[in-house]
Amino acid sequence: MALSYADIEPGTEIPPKSYRVTRLDLVKYAGASGDFNAIHWNERMARSVGLPTVIAHGMYTMAQAGRYVCEWAGDPGAVTEFGVRFSAMVPVPDDDRGATIEISGRVTNKLADNKVAIDLTARADGTKVLTRARAVVRLP
Amino acid sequence: MALNQEFVGRVFRSDEPYEVSRVKIVDFADAIGERSELCRDREAAQQAGYPDVIAPPTFAFVISWRSDELVHADPDLGLDFSMVVHGDQSFSYSRPLHAGDVVVATTTVESIKALGATSMLFTATDISTVDGEHVCTTRSSIVERRQ
Repeated sequence: MALSYADIEPGTEIPPKSYRVTRLDLVKYAGASGDFNAIHWNERMARSVGLPTVIAHGMYTMAQAGRYVCEWAGDPGAVTEFGVRFSAMVPVPDDDRGATIEISGRVTNKLADNKVAIDLTARADGTKVLTRARAVVRLP
Repeated sequence: MALNQEFVGRVFRSDEPYEVSRVKIVDFADAIGERSELCRDREAAQQAGYPDVIAPPTFAFVISWRSDELVHADPDLGLDFSMVVHGDQSFSYSRPLHAGDVVVATTTVESIKALGATSMLFTATDISTVDGEHVCTTRSSIVERRQ
């Protein structure tokens, strides 16, 4: 299924994917990243600063968008540029279903050196959680 | 009180290099759900042309954030970290980070902006090997809301 630069045209849509995020995922991410801010795992602390419940780390959401691009490219080393703005929080309820982050993407440009530029969209519960989300990926 | 504008242009650097390990890359890949064998299997990574297993693109944040924290924690900056949210984040890679890399992060305060009661801090962090090879530049903005 290897993608090739030659096969990609501007406007190419990347099939959307959904990624589930539960409290356990946030605890794992806290440990792996070293970000132990309590609003990402402790309901009481989250509420005490006015949040509706525990929220996902912004970088967890960005990591899911990165994973989406890497899965499409078939190589986590293919991403050369990646940027986002965090536009809304992702509340993660204390149940087995958690929240769902829906990601889609579209190739906007073909660049030199076998690179393509991609615009990404990420939504949770219908709300855009990332804006200005763009990646540049080098393809074979 | 707004953030201290005298910080603009200041450079922060940890004395301790960061060693990228295979175990840490796998932990991070597990945590974000990245299943690629290039993050897990050294042979597969080498067949793909990498020296060792590679880190997912947002892994560099683990390194850059430690360096950014040197800025945030400086009492003269006047940041109330309990009121901080992440604004923007970007990565610009010369090549992927891989297991065995020993890197140093250098953070420059690019600008500080105030919008009413809200302050924004923009930093750029350069991640290079101890031999001076550039790997990644990360840019972050954080937003501090004041009540």
